[in-house]
Amino acid sequence: MKEFKGRVVVPGTCTATALVSHGGFNTLASYQTSFLTGDKKATCSDQNNPDLYKKPLAGVALCLPQTIGSTTGGMILYTASDYGRQPACMLFSKPIDSIGAAGVLLSDIWTDASMPTIDSLGDEFLDYVKSGMTINIKDGGVVEVE
Amino acid sequence: MKLTKEQQDIYDGKQGETYAKVMQTLVRYGELYGAEEMIPVTGEYGHLVTSFGLKVIHPVYKIMDELIGAGITSKQKFTMDPRPLDKNVPSGPIKDLVFNKFMYSMQDEYEEQLKKIGLISEDGFSCACYFDEQGNKPKKGDILSWAESSAVVYANSVLGARCNRNSGILELFGSILGYVPRFGLLTDEGRKAKWKIILKTSKLPTAQVLGSAIGMKVMEDVPYVYGLSEYLGNELTPEVCAYLKNFGAATASNGAVGLYHIDGLTPEAVELKESLIEEDAQTYVIDDAELKRVTDSYPVIWKNPDAKPKMCFIGCPHLSKAEITEWIHKIYDALKKNGKNKPVIPTVLTSAPGVLKTIKGSKEEKMAKEIGLTISYICPLMYCDNPLVHSVPIITNSNKLRTYTSCRFYEDDMILSMITGGMAL
Repeated sequence: MKEFKGRVVVPGTCTATALVSHGGFNTLASYQTSFLTGDKKATCSDQNNPDLYKKPLAGVALCLPQTIGSTTGGMILYTASDYGRQPACMLFSKPIDSIGAAGVLLSDIWTDASMPTIDSLGDEFLDYVKSGMTINIKDGGVVEVE
Repeated sequence: MKLTKEQQDIYDGKQGETYAKVMQTLVRYGELYGAEEMIPVTGEYGHLVTSFGLKVIHPVYKIMDELIGAGITSKQKFTMDPRPLDKNVPSGPIKDLVFNKFMYSMQDEYEEQLKKIGLISEDGFSCACYFDEQGNKPKKGDILSWAESSAVVYANSVLGARCNRNSGILELFGSILGYVPRFGLLTDEGRKAKWKIILKTSKLPTAQVLGSAIGMKVMEDVPYVYGLSEYLGNELTPEVCAYLKNFGAATASNGAVGLYHIDGLTPEAVELKESLIEEDAQTYVIDDAELKRVTDSYPVIWKNPDAKPKMCFIGCPHLSKAEITEWIHKIYDALKKNGKNKPVIPTVLTSAPGVLKTIKGSKEEKMAKEIGLTISYICPLMYCDNPLVHSVPIITNSNKLRTYTSCRFYEDDMILSMITGGMAL
């Protein structure tokens, strides 16, 4: 077990299974097909992201450097949250990008969904964490990886 | 963040719960980036990215309904990205059914909501809202609340306005409040270059390829480009602005660039020169070999990479008047030269509604009709970015379209040759 500390973007605690994207998370490309098909697991449709492609996004601890892609990204993440198909939490190794920030804030303020978000966890976090590990978010931006 | 009394009152809910949530969203957004104040939006109009009435983004309509229900309208009128549908664009009965009855079935209702909040006009739909013909052209130094990455990077770089790379919905909130948090590209410090780009190519590079190379290298950082004004000159002519539009769109979509400086050409580079470059800036040298490496790296994600193209889109971002006129002439002349009457691949040229009005009844419109070119205001990205179209082999000269869809990128000369029968497909 290893502990990392970052900055709290959206407060909250949770325990979930890690899904790790080493490249940028393209929010629109990742969610678009599941939106059109009504897939409640939100299976990732971004063919350019081998770490996530065809894996469910709903309910996972999404570990990522930052989000990339269209400026509709924040709206897309908010929409996923309103439908209850958001990740259980989002853990950014880098300072959160502006599109990702919009998504998590819209989710927090405009929906009932819970999606604790921590950023600035550092490159070491993304090097250490592997998909399938258990993530435990505690108060104060502390992230336990087992 | 330190708020004015008016801002604090809104934040505290004295003008209602919905208005408070709008303010709280932007305040928390700004605080993440160290903003210490909310500053007035000084640009005349906003610009929104979410132009499509996609059935599945119901939560967006819910926010719009909440805003309208609370009696909230935008402090400034706004333009929108292009519409996702145009009956003139070739599709087919199945696609028509799916597009109109399922995917974009909320288009009319959504546009009604937009009108109530502050949509500028029926024709206010283009990613290139800054064209003279579209009327949303900010002045140097204007503070904006825009989204649409290609428009933001153009406004910052070519017009010298100030705007962050905002997400959809947040840009509307800035227009509603008339305030945005001051950070990033709104500050002098945030507009400094972290990269020096040294251009050493043998000729003027294709804008969409040069932008792609720089975007992929610098990601969200600001680049300062040397060597480009040797080809483009030192004046922002319509042709140069069109080049920079296409260049910027590629930097923003292949990376996340919100501002670039071109030495001796763009307004801040002319005014402030190398004082815009941070002391510890990194250097990226681009020569012919580097551009080839970049284009060779583009994946082909067609199911059959050898498939014959079935459609071609030219105009993402939307073509300027000079560009659409030139394309019509080039295609017309090449077809005649190759002994053809119509393009061998159905071809769509896209531009802003305001530009299309100016060519209505012109010689070029007649030429386009004669050779069967489709001229449209549609958003090619919205047309292509869905599972029904993913399986169709489409070619384009847009690096943005290549990035977000399964479209295959070719440079202008190759596209021209392919669509006019100048080469075997």
